[in-house]
Amino acid sequence: MIRIEKLHKSYPIGKDSLHVLKGIDLHIKEGEFVSIMGSSGSGKSTLLNIVGLLDGHDEGDYYLNGQLIENLNEKKAAILRNKFLGFVFQSFNLISYKTALENVALPLYYKGMKRKERLQVAMDYLDKVGLKDWANHLPNELSGGQKQRVAIARALVTKPKVVLADEPTGALDSTTTDSVMELLKEINDEGMTVFVITHEEEVAAQTKRIVRLKDGVIISDTLTGN
Amino acid sequence: MFDLDRWREIFQSISKNKLRSVMSGFTVAFAILLFTLLFGIVSGLSNTFKGVFVDDAMNSMRIRVWKTTKPYKGLQTGRRIQLKNKDIDFVEEKYEDKIQYLTARIYKNVNISYKNKQDNYNLRAVHPDHQFLEKTIIDEGRFINELDLKSKAKVIVIGRLIKEDIFGNKPALGKQVNVSGISYKIIGIFSDDGGDNEERLAYMPVTTAQMIYGNNDYISQILVGYNPNLSLDAAIAFGHKMERDLRKKLDIHPDDRSALSVRNMAEANKGIGTFMFALYFIVIFVGSGTLIAGIIGISNIMIFVIKERTKEFGIRKALGAQPSSIVGMVVQESVLITTIAGYLGLSLGTYLLSLIGDSLEENYFIKDPSVSPGIVIGATIVLILSGLIAGYIPAKKAAKIKPIVALRAD
Repeated sequence: MIRIEKLHKSYPIGKDSLHVLKGIDLHIKEGEFVSIMGSSGSGKSTLLNIVGLLDGHDEGDYYLNGQLIENLNEKKAAILRNKFLGFVFQSFNLISYKTALENVALPLYYKGMKRKERLQVAMDYLDKVGLKDWANHLPNELSGGQKQRVAIARALVTKPKVVLADEPTGALDSTTTDSVMELLKEINDEGMTVFVITHEEEVAAQTKRIVRLKDGVIISDTLTGN
Repeated sequence: MFDLDRWREIFQSISKNKLRSVMSGFTVAFAILLFTLLFGIVSGLSNTFKGVFVDDAMNSMRIRVWKTTKPYKGLQTGRRIQLKNKDIDFVEEKYEDKIQYLTARIYKNVNISYKNKQDNYNLRAVHPDHQFLEKTIIDEGRFINELDLKSKAKVIVIGRLIKEDIFGNKPALGKQVNVSGISYKIIGIFSDDGGDNEERLAYMPVTTAQMIYGNNDYISQILVGYNPNLSLDAAIAFGHKMERDLRKKLDIHPDDRSALSVRNMAEANKGIGTFMFALYFIVIFVGSGTLIAGIIGISNIMIFVIKERTKEFGIRKALGAQPSSIVGMVVQESVLITTIAGYLGLSLGTYLLSLIGDSLEENYFIKDPSVSPGIVIGATIVLILSGLIAGYIPAKKAAKIKPIVALRAD
């Protein structure tokens, strides 16, 4: 599903450049539940951004669903993101003036689905994350856990190939963290590839494979046995 | 182009962010309101000036004589100057190519009677060209023609109000009226935009009047319509030259304005033209300044708004929004707000103008202030364009920001 070979990425900082990813090789198959662990500055967010087509890479090859990612302009990237990827962010990133239902339906709008149909589909997914009764509430009327579940519903609504979660529990307390991780597990059990970035051992421990990153290189890649 | 979902997104964005939308709209509405009022008031001023001169042809010149006030060539002051037929012939021959219309005018006061109705009226004995110089409008029949002049026909053209006075609703054309004891045939009835006095007049052939009143070749005034192809400056020069030539011919001191003068509409036109030009220049300057201020205002607000929405755009892009859809959405929203706000300003301005309307005419010389459809269309185009630009530039910039950068924005 995701194949990365000798991936390099650096960011310019003034006149110098910061070499963030120094030759990453990673292969994630369909249906895997992978967590990327690492302290801040290890390059894990950069990796996720590249995998999520939110940022480009400098060297190496990246295959998403068997397709080589190169010469990507914003338009192509947008189409691919909409088609293959679902995002869950640490800070939820819900649009504040839209209701939970409208937030979930938004990716379907960009997919070109008719309004009636997309609201129906969005409602199904809200039901799936247990928030059907909150469909017409604005994000600021929801708790952190509820917001993240809305975000997960939004990530799933387009039936992507991969769900990318950037510190999905970073802003949640331990109880809600568990419920969100439960939800991600359920999604994975249904066959979805899930790719989580975290710095919390307890979170990583609930995934099926842990990839540890330090200073831009992979230092370990182990299966947890879950 | 018409995408219901897009519009739904835009209406939601506008209605959920009322303060922002009202702020952007307000600058535009206010700018257009000021623009409309400014233009309306100046057009009112312009209407007043035009109204003053509506009575006579714009290219008319009038040669008037009175008594000399300066001695010249051994002739004393106080000598009464009399224009004669040979003077009008002189003007005609000498300036043939510069003249469009030419007529003499003799003033008389006559008593007009028909059956048992009668009254005193002013009469002008004229040449056929007089009709065009005075902008006489023939309602019935015809004006005096060359044949009447040649045959010294006893015909008369009466004003609309004379006809009303004497004939009421009954037909007057072709009837014989008694004019100070002599019978004339009514060949025409006219009206005039110059007011009631101009419609309580009668015209007869100049030759007829000369024969009947004194059997001489005297005339009171000469009216000239200069060739409209002449520039204002050339027309003014022509007026001065004619004035000098006539004074010389009639043995008048070259500077004796009182004895003979030419009142030239070209001079008045030039003064008004210059004044109106200056006025319009100021209005266009101030008006476009106001509009530009409005456009800058909305651009500023749009920049702020888009900065505020950077994160939202980042989210939308992460969810699959293409840059063009972001730009399109912002531009459409901006155009919608500017157009609606602009129209509010325009309507309010037009309404205020109609409200103050004629109340300003007496004290401030502002008559019928209004904005022309051309201005309205022009302003609309400016509005839509400004909305387009104000939205497009910052939106294009925002759409270029990488989603990760946008997502990090607060």
